[in-house]
Amino acid sequence: MTAESLQDLWLTYQSTVAFIGLNGLLALSVYTTLSCGQLSLAQAAFMAIGAYASAILTFHTQAPFAVNLAVATLAPALVAIPLGLPVLRLKGVFLAIATIGFGEVVRIFFVNLDFTNGALGLTAVPQRTSVWMIYAALAGALFVLWRIRGSRVGYALEAIREDEPAARTMGIHAARYKLAMLALGASFAGLAGALEAHYTFMVAPGTYSFTRVVDMLVYAVVGGTSVFYGPVVGATFLTALPEVLREISSRIGLAPGPLRLFVNGAVLLVVILFLPEGISSLPRRVRAWLRSRREAHAA
Amino acid sequence: MLLSLQGIRRTFGGLAAVDGATLEVGTGEVHGLIGPNGAGKTTLLNLISGLIPPTSGAIVLDGERIDGLPSHLIAARGVTRTYQNIRLFPALTAADNVLVGAHLKRNAPLWRRMLFLPSAAVEERAAREATLALLDRVGMSERAGERASNLSYGEQRRVEIARALASAPRVMLLDEPTAGMNPGEVKAIAELIRGVARAGHSVLLVEHNVKLVMDVCDRITVLDFGKVIADGTPAEVGRDPAVIAAYLGSEDAA
Repeated sequence: MTAESLQDLWLTYQSTVAFIGLNGLLALSVYTTLSCGQLSLAQAAFMAIGAYASAILTFHTQAPFAVNLAVATLAPALVAIPLGLPVLRLKGVFLAIATIGFGEVVRIFFVNLDFTNGALGLTAVPQRTSVWMIYAALAGALFVLWRIRGSRVGYALEAIREDEPAARTMGIHAARYKLAMLALGASFAGLAGALEAHYTFMVAPGTYSFTRVVDMLVYAVVGGTSVFYGPVVGATFLTALPEVLREISSRIGLAPGPLRLFVNGAVLLVVILFLPEGISSLPRRVRAWLRSRREAHAA
Repeated sequence: MLLSLQGIRRTFGGLAAVDGATLEVGTGEVHGLIGPNGAGKTTLLNLISGLIPPTSGAIVLDGERIDGLPSHLIAARGVTRTYQNIRLFPALTAADNVLVGAHLKRNAPLWRRMLFLPSAAVEERAAREATLALLDRVGMSERAGERASNLSYGEQRRVEIARALASAPRVMLLDEPTAGMNPGEVKAIAELIRGVARAGHSVLLVEHNVKLVMDVCDRITVLDFGKVIADGTPAEVGRDPAVIAAYLGSEDAA
C-alpha cells in the first residue's frame, strides 16, 4: 500500500475513528454511574454543559484549549453534585425518570438563552480538537476506571451495586460513593461534549436529547458492563458498523438508513438474548465452551 | 456496659414490634437473645445496626448514643452484623466479600494506587492476607475464590461471619448463625463464637437453637411480643416460669 492510499483511507475514515473515541468516552460515562448500580440518564445534559462551556469560552476568551477542556470536565461534575444529593435517594426506574427530567430541563434552558443562540445553537465553533486528543481523553478515563477496579473504593462500589443496605452496615458511606461516581461520569460526558463541539464546529441543542443517552446506554449494554472496557468495545462496534453497512447497502442497492436501524436493533436483541454480559464477554464464553467440550470428549 | 439499650420501642403502623426493650451487653460477653417467632429479635438487631430508627428509647455504645445514626456510622463505631436471610454480595468471591467487610479498617487512598506507589501494593497484599486468615478461622480458606452464590448455605453463613469480623468490631450481631446447619457445623460455630468473645469482641446472638444458646452465652435476654420477659444467666432463664410459659404455653391458658 502506498503512502498516498493510506492517506486517502485516513481522510475517508478519520471522522469514524474520531467518533469511535467520542462514543467510547460517552459509553464510559454511563458505565461509571452504572458501576455502583445507578442508572443516570442525564449524561447528554452533562455533555451539553461541557460543550457550551468550552465553546463559549473559546468565543469570549483567549484561553488555551486545555483550559477550556478542564472547565468542560469540571463544570458538569459541579452540577452533578447538587443534582445527585436529592436525586440519588431514588432507586432504579425512579432515578432514571428523574435524570431524564433533569436532561430535558438543561436542554430547554440552553434553547431559551440568548447567549447560547437559542434553538439554533452555536455555529462556527473553531475546530481545535485533534483525533489524538480524543484518544488521550479516552485513555485517561479508562486508566481511572482501571485503577478503581480492585481498589478499596472499587470493592465498595461493587458492594453497593450488589446490596446497598448490607454495604452500609459494613461501614460503606454509600451516598458519598454514588455521588462521586455520578460526578465522575458527568465529567467524562462533559469532556466528550467539548471535544465533539470543537471537532464538528458546532453546539446544537438537538444533539443532546434523550435519544443520545439511549445511544450511550446501548453502547454500554452491547459492549457489556461487567468489565470497565466493555462499553468502549460496544461503542467501537456500533460506531464502525454503519460504515460497513454503507458499503454493503451500496453494493446491494438499498438505502443505508433503514438497513442501519434494522441491524442496530437486531444486534441489540441478539446481545441481550444470547450475550447478557455483552460482546466483551465473548472471549471468556468461547473459552468456557471449548473447555466444556474438551471435558466432554475426555469423559 | 459496652452496649446498652434503654427502653427501645419501634412501632410499625399501630403495632409495636419492639416495646420498651432494655438490655445490656458487656465487653467480651456473649449475650443471647431468644424468644418465639415474631418476638421482635431481628427488629431489635435492625434497630441497633441502624437499618431502621427506633420510635423512642436510647441505644448507647460505650457512653455514646448511636440510635438514629445512619448505618455506616454505626458500623464505623464498631457494630457489624450478619443476616438471618444471608446477605452476601452474590457476584463477589468469598474472599472479596470479606475484603469488603474490611472496608473500615483499610487505609488505602485511591491516589496511591493511581500513582502505582509501592505502599498501595503492600497494603493490598496485607488486606488479602488478613482476609485469607479470617476465612481460615471460619474454615473456609479452601473456598476463598468461589463466588458467594455458588457456596452452600452453611458455607455462606460462615463467610458472612468472617465478613462481619473483618472490621474488628466491638460488638458483633449474629442473626441465627446456625440456621440450616448440621450438628457438626453448629458445634464449629459455637467454638467460633466463643473464640470471638475471648478475643474481646462482644456478641449479641439471636438463635433458635436453645442448646447452643445455653452452651455459649454468658447472659440471655428473652423477648416475647416485643417485651423483655426475662434476663439473666442461662441457668436462671431456664428456670424462669415466664420463659417456660412463653415457649410452652402457661397452665392457666391451657
